[in-house]
Amino acid sequence: MDMSYEEYGKLVKKASKGTKMYKTIPSAFLVGGIICTIGEVFRLWFVNMGMEKDHVGMWVSTILIFITAVLTGFGIFHKIAKFGGAGTFVPITGFANSVVSPALEFKVEGFVLGVSSKMFIIAGPVIVYGTIASIAAGIVFYIITLCGGTI
Amino acid sequence: MEILFSLLKAFVVGGLICVVGQLLLDFTKLNPAKILVSFVVAGVLLGAVGIYKPIVEFAGSGATVPLTGFGYLLSEGVRKAINTDGLIGILKGGLTAGAVGISAAVLFGILVAIIFKPKKK
Repeated sequence: MDMSYEEYGKLVKKASKGTKMYKTIPSAFLVGGIICTIGEVFRLWFVNMGMEKDHVGMWVSTILIFITAVLTGFGIFHKIAKFGGAGTFVPITGFANSVVSPALEFKVEGFVLGVSSKMFIIAGPVIVYGTIASIAAGIVFYIITLCGGTI
Repeated sequence: MEILFSLLKAFVVGGLICVVGQLLLDFTKLNPAKILVSFVVAGVLLGAVGIYKPIVEFAGSGATVPLTGFGYLLSEGVRKAINTDGLIGILKGGLTAGAVGISAAVLFGILVAIIFKPKKK
């Protein structure tokens, strides 16, 4: 093929961008949908068992986090993540993997400065900004209650 | 039949929330870590203003399993804590509601690190 390096670069970029959208959006939908459906199967099962309403979600999360941890340990999770993209990291499985994966990877650096500090490399910011946002919401809620409103 | 409908709703809504994440990944400069942070914060805000609750009631795990659901959980926690404990609830509610998810991730993270060997790349 007769074309300059730059032309080829543009062509590749264009082609990969096209296939990217074509593939990434449906696979994110499919994988994300399946993960949520698995969660829903457990949720319906627990509700059916007569589990206390507040505990149902906690158990569903715990189970999905457990499954993710095992799949991460066996090196299977990153294969699913490669295909699923945001479909695997947007659900709680992504949060779980972001903790478990560096925990395992940095084992060689020891359990204090390796495992337990690196496990918060992504979960840390998630928890920090989630907490800050909840405090901000809390301040607004509290002011509303002070003004006699209900929240 | 009703069960199948519940599963379908969870699949579609959960899938769509993930598609939003994928669009952000493909068309903005945001990386996965920033998308996770944005989703949790968005969940807190949508939960606080009361938009996310109807989505949870409609889609069940389709709304609670994505990280926006984690954010929603934090905002509901704060709401509940302020109603029962007043001012201190502002600091108590969020992390109390998120405790199970965070503790589970920490526990299984440590266990996997103990049991498994890191894969060589």
